[in-house]
Amino acid sequence: MSAATLLAWGLGLAQGMLVLAMALAAWRALRGPRAQDRVLGLDTVYLNGMLAIMVHGLRTGSGLAFEAALVVALLGFAATLALAKFLMQGEVIQ
Amino acid sequence: MSRLLPHPLLSLALAAMWGLLNAPVTPATALLAGLVGWLVPFVMRLLRPGAVRVRAPGVILRLAGTVLVDVVRSNIDVARVILGLNAGTRRTGFVSIPLDLRNPTGLAVLSIIVTGTPGTLWVQYDSGTGRLLLHVLDLTDGDAWVRRIKDRYERPLMEIFS
Amino acid sequence: MTGADVPVWTACLVVVLALTGAGFSLVGAIGLVRLRTFYERVHAPTLGATLGMALIVAASILFFSVAEGRLVLRDLLIGVFLTVTTPVTLILLGRAATYRDRAEGNPDAPPDP
Repeated sequence: MSAATLLAWGLGLAQGMLVLAMALAAWRALRGPRAQDRVLGLDTVYLNGMLAIMVHGLRTGSGLAFEAALVVALLGFAATLALAKFLMQGEVIQ
Repeated sequence: MSRLLPHPLLSLALAAMWGLLNAPVTPATALLAGLVGWLVPFVMRLLRPGAVRVRAPGVILRLAGTVLVDVVRSNIDVARVILGLNAGTRRTGFVSIPLDLRNPTGLAVLSIIVTGTPGTLWVQYDSGTGRLLLHVLDLTDGDAWVRRIKDRYERPLMEIFS
Repeated sequence: MTGADVPVWTACLVVVLALTGAGFSLVGAIGLVRLRTFYERVHAPTLGATLGMALIVAASILFFSVAEGRLVLRDLLIGVFLTVTTPVTLILLGRAATYRDRAEGNPDAPPDP
């Protein structure tokens, strides 16, 4: 019982910290000021979201979170790569 | 060796990944892992990668240890910078480093090490002059960074990919 | 399949690892807000992608290994994957920012190497 309580509270706190990190990164993504700042913020949202899913899997003891985390990591990588590539060629002077 | 097993290291990595994904390894998954590890590297032939020869396994282990220690240390350093715990003024800026390493794989590994360590970012490498431009978050002494990159990472990498 | 079937020492260690990892990640996000220029801010998310990720992966490996009574190493794959991909995204983002700043003649643009 004690171990379960400890896990529920400690991991809940860790999850809260990661959600706060996501919120801060989202603020940077919305605020800018430049496009590269927004992409960097979005990448950090993905990263912290993936970590939050892993901690959620720990808290519920479910192995399914691993697959979800892996998919989020893959999507974050592909999305950031595409956006960074777009920033190089999509605008300003060629 | 080369006809039947074109990329032995890649085969090993793929088989290990398959085994990890299907965690309790049964004879059936072991067989599949072997098949995946054997067949998938043939796809790599279409990409025609250059031959990569790795030597000095002892140096690889020592470099891995160095990188591990540096990553943990610079994590703490950058956390202190962000939280404003360092007294005095902080300078941030670019450092230009002349590299002797020319092997493409070695340079790729160096870029992963440098960027994966918090506080340093690989900005640009000029293959013509062999100069590397680095952004450093806590730039107290430019020459110290040049020495650090060259002694700690570049020299072992030149031994590994010689 | 609940968290109740692990001993107290495992629970303590898992919580300490996860909290430290989340702490490093949070500090990285704070850096993203606090640091002043883009080239400074690029360094901040690396905190969560290296030590923060490694500590949470370690917590996960420890917890599932003890709970299932065998070595569960699949979370290492996330660690390997992130270690290889994070530098790629950051280098490319840095290149994009460099290109844009130079094209606009920004005074903050990186010098030639």
